[in-house]
Amino acid sequence: MAQSLAKEFTKGLWAEIPPFRLVLGLCPTLAVTKSVENGIGMGLATTFVLVFSNLLISLLRNVIPPKVRIACYIVIIATFVTIVELVMQAYTYPLFLTLGIFIPLIVVNCIVLGRAEAFASKNTPVLAVADGLGIGIGFTLSLASLGAVREIIGAGTITIWGGNPVFAVGDWYHPFSFMVEAPGAFVALGLMLAGMNLIGKK
Amino acid sequence: MNPIKKIFELLEYDFSDAGKFAKLGPLFDATKTFFFLPSPKNKMGPFIRDHLDLKRYMSFVIISLLPVLFFGMYNTGYQSGLARGETLEFWASFLSGAWVVMPIIIVSYGVGFFWEILFAAIRRHPISEGFLVTGLLFPLTLPPTIPLWQVALGISFGVVIGKEIFGGTGRNILNPALTARAFVFFSYPVTMSGNVWVAGADAVDGITGATALAVNAEGGTSLFSTLSDQGFSLSNLFFGFVPGSIGETSALCCLIGAVFLMVTRIGNYRIILGGIAGLIITAILFYFLPGTKGTWADAGPLYHLCAGGFLFGISFMATDPVSAPGTNPGRWIFGFLIGFLTVILRVANPAFAEGVMLAILFMNVFAPLLDHLVMKHRISKRIPNV
Repeated sequence: MAQSLAKEFTKGLWAEIPPFRLVLGLCPTLAVTKSVENGIGMGLATTFVLVFSNLLISLLRNVIPPKVRIACYIVIIATFVTIVELVMQAYTYPLFLTLGIFIPLIVVNCIVLGRAEAFASKNTPVLAVADGLGIGIGFTLSLASLGAVREIIGAGTITIWGGNPVFAVGDWYHPFSFMVEAPGAFVALGLMLAGMNLIGKK
Repeated sequence: MNPIKKIFELLEYDFSDAGKFAKLGPLFDATKTFFFLPSPKNKMGPFIRDHLDLKRYMSFVIISLLPVLFFGMYNTGYQSGLARGETLEFWASFLSGAWVVMPIIIVSYGVGFFWEILFAAIRRHPISEGFLVTGLLFPLTLPPTIPLWQVALGISFGVVIGKEIFGGTGRNILNPALTARAFVFFSYPVTMSGNVWVAGADAVDGITGATALAVNAEGGTSLFSTLSDQGFSLSNLFFGFVPGSIGETSALCCLIGAVFLMVTRIGNYRIILGGIAGLIITAILFYFLPGTKGTWADAGPLYHLCAGGFLFGISFMATDPVSAPGTNPGRWIFGFLIGFLTVILRVANPAFAEGVMLAILFMNVFAPLLDHLVMKHRISKRIPNV
């Protein structure tokens, strides 16, 4: 039991890390990774939704009629997304403003629905939570690393939750703002995917 | 030629697969075919009518670029002289301009060839001649005041991301030179925007003035008088005595290059003529649009044709055979839409004073679609097999 629990948890960190291996959830991945902060915020919000929707769907997996299962999943996911949205609006208002439309869009995030359909509806609640947590942390890590690449190259600094930059490249560096714009997201994601494939091939 | 041939024969073994420098084999091949024609020849039919290979193709584009290049050098010196408040003689302008332009070209070629050789060595394929043109086109689209490290960064991006990632010459979706320029443009808008002309020599840094497309007449005066007040009369724009990117100021030199490309059939005339037609028609339509007095919508086709980099782009960038459509109707539509989009971008989007680059890149993306539609249309015309 413990072994399969660990397996379900760690697969989300490398073997099935969402944007890089499954190439899922690209919409938030490309849109909100202008900075590390945005990436972490988006990732944590998605993780919360993933864990709790997985848990609830797994608990209800024998109750939900198969014919209307997708609609049921969406209702459950939307509930948690609403909770996240209201909480973020209350406690992290600037981040809420930056992420904007992409928080409500977690409802239709294919990672969340994909885990519900492919995993939570077929497994026990404990495994489903482990899976949701693993995939969610993997997603957070991917967004944060993509955000870090884009923020370092595009702005030359990393700033988390206001205040002074946590990390700065130095004055000699002229950041190219290309990277924090839309095409930079595609280029950075493509290069990171290529890097992951290169490592994974060996 | 014989001594050179001896050197190559002497070195051939070392660069072959068994030799010491097998990794550098592509570099050896490239140097050798630069001096001598490739040796394998067909003994039996079918024979081709004309041995037009990639190297000659590219050399012809280089030749067509020479007027633009030389005028660009002259004009760079002339304009920086004007910015210092002196009118330079022909040779003085030319030399001081060349002193500014040559480093940009050398950096572009040097860095670009480094990437080409690296990829050729890793992938074990011969070095392609495609870069000969890219490496010269890219500097010509830059302002002479650009820092050299930005040139290196831009050409690296253009070659690696714009071309090699897709598999090298002949497989790229976008024009590599324009990809490089777009990268620099969006990364460092300050050094690339139309508003910066710092005199080329370092005598007077800091003199700035708008290029023609950034000019808008205010207070109801006509655009033309405002333009000619600032030295952008139609004849100046046509002959190219205005500040701007190195290669694009002179409409005349671009036209000479375009005619040369069309006559030698290197550049497809359908793209060039279609583009000019598209630009003229769209500019006329905007001309009749009411309530646009004093802006570039009111400029009319001649000014749109001569100002900015449209002729340069449509002659040398859009005719790139790799990223343009391969069917003739597709080429007409491709060219026409480039002209159309150029005017739309110039007039409607104040963020981009010059729209040619984006118009061509945009249409590059659509080129396969145009080809596809043309083929579909042709197939639908066939008499069905009964």
